[in-house]
Amino acid sequence: MTAKHLELTQVGIDFPTPKGPFTALKDVNLKIQKGEFISLIGHSGCGKSTVLNIVAGLHQATSGGVILDNAEVKEPGPERAVVFQNHSLLPWLNVYKNVELAVKQTQRGKSKAQIRQWVMHNLELVHMTHAADKLPSEISGGMKQRVGIARALAMEPKVLLMDEPFGALDALTRAHLQDSLMEIHADLGNTVIMITHDVDEAVLLSDRIVMMTNGPAATVGEILDVDLPRPRERLALADNPQYNHYRHEVLTFLYEKQKKIEPVGRRTTQNKSASSSKSDAA
Amino acid sequence: MSKSASFVTSIGQFKQGNPGKMLLTTLQTLLLPLVGLLLFLAVWNGVAKSIDTSLGQFPGPAQVWTQTLTLIDEHSAQREKAEAFYERQEQRNAARVAQDPTYEPKVRPFTGAPTFFDQIWTSLYTVMIGFLIASVIAVPVGIVCGLSKSAYTAINPLIQLFKPVSPLAWLPLVTMVVSALYVSDDPMFSKSFVTSAFTVSLCCLWPTLINTAVGVSNIEKDLVNVSRVLRLKPLTHLTKIVLPASIPMIFTGLRLSLGIGWMVLIAAEMLAQNPGLGKFVWDEFQNGSSESLARIMVAVLTIGAIGFVLDRLMLSLQRKVSWDKNSVLR
Repeated sequence: MTAKHLELTQVGIDFPTPKGPFTALKDVNLKIQKGEFISLIGHSGCGKSTVLNIVAGLHQATSGGVILDNAEVKEPGPERAVVFQNHSLLPWLNVYKNVELAVKQTQRGKSKAQIRQWVMHNLELVHMTHAADKLPSEISGGMKQRVGIARALAMEPKVLLMDEPFGALDALTRAHLQDSLMEIHADLGNTVIMITHDVDEAVLLSDRIVMMTNGPAATVGEILDVDLPRPRERLALADNPQYNHYRHEVLTFLYEKQKKIEPVGRRTTQNKSASSSKSDAA
Repeated sequence: MSKSASFVTSIGQFKQGNPGKMLLTTLQTLLLPLVGLLLFLAVWNGVAKSIDTSLGQFPGPAQVWTQTLTLIDEHSAQREKAEAFYERQEQRNAARVAQDPTYEPKVRPFTGAPTFFDQIWTSLYTVMIGFLIASVIAVPVGIVCGLSKSAYTAINPLIQLFKPVSPLAWLPLVTMVVSALYVSDDPMFSKSFVTSAFTVSLCCLWPTLINTAVGVSNIEKDLVNVSRVLRLKPLTHLTKIVLPASIPMIFTGLRLSLGIGWMVLIAAEMLAQNPGLGKFVWDEFQNGSSESLARIMVAVLTIGAIGFVLDRLMLSLQRKVSWDKNSVLR
């Protein structure tokens, strides 16, 4: 296995605005190995989602490019499955049919029984077989996100892209889903890129944490290797000095090196451009 | 329909386990409309007595009720006449065939004047055909407008231009065009029917078109992204994502369209003397007997009741096909 699996080279993106192009990302370089779990962390508006969308093919980079297994990423595709922040299940299809849509689209030529088996297998992975017949509106937020993950896994992606998958969930549900995700990652060994705001989540789950600088023209600030043995236990890690060291590193980056000054009263001229660009970059 | 509404509320109350309150709300939803109705009848009765027209006193609820019964009687009398006519014709034909086996019996339709209920049927049939034609055009065009911004920009000025046009302005044009183009010795539909239906269509197009376009263009971006990641083909994208997502808005448009279509139809029938409820009203007005006003009032109430029923039918259809069961539809 060569080291090159997924490679972002000099990726930059400009968004057109009435006042001229706005550079959201500049010179983002990242090499990711097969099976690696990568977290993207940074202040809101720094362009994390934009990086993910470029890898997904939903956005086109203005400069540079993304190469996955020696092929350039030009458009979205099921080999780069996305788990969206707000689950994005089709509300008119039940859980089973939501996953089935992805399976039918990606596993062409399979028999009905094989399709059914594959759908149920993926629901099993996220422990959602019991709700197969329910509509998304009938299940809780955490369950919806599980189904969203099952749908992405069912595409058998080379890379799993997760945009703050647990951001909208309460702490207990989130911990539960993080554990599930670690199990699944250990089983399947997909490459995962996950965006998060949560420092604990990043350290617990990741092999490497990519910390991004603030926009505009955001880029990769530091990369932290998390060298903790797997399987990881959140309770055991709570007292682990190594774990706390990693946490501290990320916190230092976020709150000292890339301190985001949120103006309380009047904005100062210096960070005006940074804050007004928030909505564009997000 | 208030009955079904109250039923839903009562289930809600029942789940909360409050039978006393449940009974109260049920009574309220049943009684309050009744109170409103009775008040209306009382005011109508009082006001009607003090209005004297050249056709006699303005009809109160009692006269209108009498005329309703008369119209029903007239209808059954006409039916009996028609049946008797067909029976006589059959007997005559049978007798002639018995005399001369080579004789080919002629069957002539009954030509008695259409009754009130015949006119209702004609109007309903016409509005439905007009509405269907409009929907078949408006929904696809609306989807195209919703999917493509350029298509919308191109079509939008036309929509804005034609949307406010009164049906009565279209009517002479439609009448002339139908007379010129719909020429056939044995027409499947009468010209008056085609004219009315097309006039209805022209006015039914716009609400459906606009609402469909808005519904389609407002599909959640993430759902579109799901479709892109799955690389759904355009047709699959349309059937699996676009159509289901915009069904609620499409139906809102359809309901508005049907309501407008029904109003337009009555006006068109009055003006163009095309058979239907509108013609019934106009004929009664021209007739000018002492019962005319009461008979017109029966027609007015019937038009209202049918409009209401049509809307409720669309609403229950919308409830049936819409995935968003939590949304409150009224």
